[in-house]
Amino acid sequence: MQDTTVQASVQRASALPLNEAAMPTETPTQAPAELAIRADDFSFWYGGTRALNDITLEMPQKQVTALIGPSGCGKSTFLRSINRMNDLIPGIRHDGDITLRGESVYRTGLDVVQLRKRVGMVFQKSNPFPKSIYENVAYGARVNGLAKGRRALDELVEHSLKQAALWDEVSDRLDRSALGLSGGQQQRLCIARALAVQPEVLLMDEPASALDPIATQKIEELIYELKDQYTIVIVTHNMQQAARVSDYTAFFYMGSLVEMGRTNTLFTNPREERTEAYITGRFG
Amino acid sequence: MTAPQHAAPLDPLSFRDRRRRISSRVWLALTGVAAALTVLPLLLIFFHLLRAGLGSLNPEFFTSVPAPVGQPGGGVGNGVLGTFLLVGLAGAMGLPVAIGAGVYLAEAEGGPMANGIRFITDVMNGIPSIVIGIFVWAWVVVAMGGFSAFAGGVALAIMLLPMVTRTTEEMVRLVPREMKEGALALGFTRWRTTLGVVLPAARSGILTGVLIALARIAGETAPLLFTAFGNPFWSAGLGEPIAALPVQIFQYAISPFEEQHKQAWAASLLLIALVLAMNLAARFLIRSPYRSR
Repeated sequence: MQDTTVQASVQRASALPLNEAAMPTETPTQAPAELAIRADDFSFWYGGTRALNDITLEMPQKQVTALIGPSGCGKSTFLRSINRMNDLIPGIRHDGDITLRGESVYRTGLDVVQLRKRVGMVFQKSNPFPKSIYENVAYGARVNGLAKGRRALDELVEHSLKQAALWDEVSDRLDRSALGLSGGQQQRLCIARALAVQPEVLLMDEPASALDPIATQKIEELIYELKDQYTIVIVTHNMQQAARVSDYTAFFYMGSLVEMGRTNTLFTNPREERTEAYITGRFG
Repeated sequence: MTAPQHAAPLDPLSFRDRRRRISSRVWLALTGVAAALTVLPLLLIFFHLLRAGLGSLNPEFFTSVPAPVGQPGGGVGNGVLGTFLLVGLAGAMGLPVAIGAGVYLAEAEGGPMANGIRFITDVMNGIPSIVIGIFVWAWVVVAMGGFSAFAGGVALAIMLLPMVTRTTEEMVRLVPREMKEGALALGFTRWRTTLGVVLPAARSGILTGVLIALARIAGETAPLLFTAFGNPFWSAGLGEPIAALPVQIFQYAISPFEEQHKQAWAASLLLIALVLAMNLAARFLIRSPYRSR
């Protein structure tokens, strides 16, 4: 199992001085966290191309797990396998299994709609609907029958926007088009939209890669806030970002999981030569 | 390693460079001429119709039925009404099917069934409209025991199907995949995603295609000759023969009377104005309130 010692956050600050001071001090959980997601020998193919090789890993609940690795290493494929977004692509195939709190997400007869209600997702490119700000947040909740009546829906929209740290910026223009928001605001709107459906897990596919540093910092602070309530899995190209926001990090390379462990351990004392080479910038 | 070659001096131009420059200008000018020739027919048609038809346009022309043969006056009011009814009928029958089929083709992408349907709609687009008219005569007019507005509507709806199916498919495909995935990731069913997110995002494009297709069928004559047939009087019943502007133009144009020739020109002017108005509406009127700025 992973190293869960407390002094790790101190090491982490010294190893990664960039922006570290801006983040609140971390207090890692003492007891081993409950398991949220588990992959067992999970492999994945696009047609004849194998994208994932026998991935086995565990992600604890209400923690942030970062998936890092060079382009094409399979990290996004793995992320999209958790809520089965890859189902849309013709010619795909998988082997092994992924479980969500012990329940297989690939078992026959599983309704992907139910799965995706429990596993929300935020994409690399913000993708608000061409509707009003209010409607963007309310739509998913309404379709999934999560708020009965106008009052309850208003409250849910407000709560979700506050959770996404967007409420103060948009509360006076909820009826305006979401497409008029800035890129960073749109991305937080997409987070609010995902939260309104009340998922357990939030998947984030490079959520800040298209944003400027200020907007990126807001998203990172948000991730830090949200992990009290949600299990978060984030794919990122940016190793500093992984170090800043995550509790656990999994390093993918050429479709395989090279190493996974507590973020501070992995970044300061990696077990594998390849991990060290990647995090010190020797390739990737 | 070879030393980098010296670039040609900027001035003066060599003979070869000059020739290349002239040749480029000549060919560009020729494409401009071709573009001008493309729009020339429309300008000539307009000019001619205004000269020949404007004189016969008066209030009576819009409001009354054709005058008995040999008498001056009369109008094409029934034809205008008939054309609107026929186009409306064709739209009511054809659009839901065509839009549904377009969504199916866009969603099914490269499946064998989708490819087959796509090929067939392309073939349908090329069927001569007179053949559609004869087909509807055989299957609808004969079965119903007479010419009717309904049969005319069916013929025009068949023309509408491939056009709107393909535009809908194109427009739905233009909706970014990310937007669709955003909805699916929220736990929407595919149907809810299509209806609530994809179609609204493609709405303005689809409506533009619909208006252009309606304008196109509004001017069709051949499919109506054996179906709606034409009617010199007011009629609005679905089961009766009905007048239509293009059919009236055809009948006036082949008549031996000068008075009717004039009416044919005026009706042509009116028809082209209607079609043009619909095309302009397609370009300007439809703007989604939530387009990105």
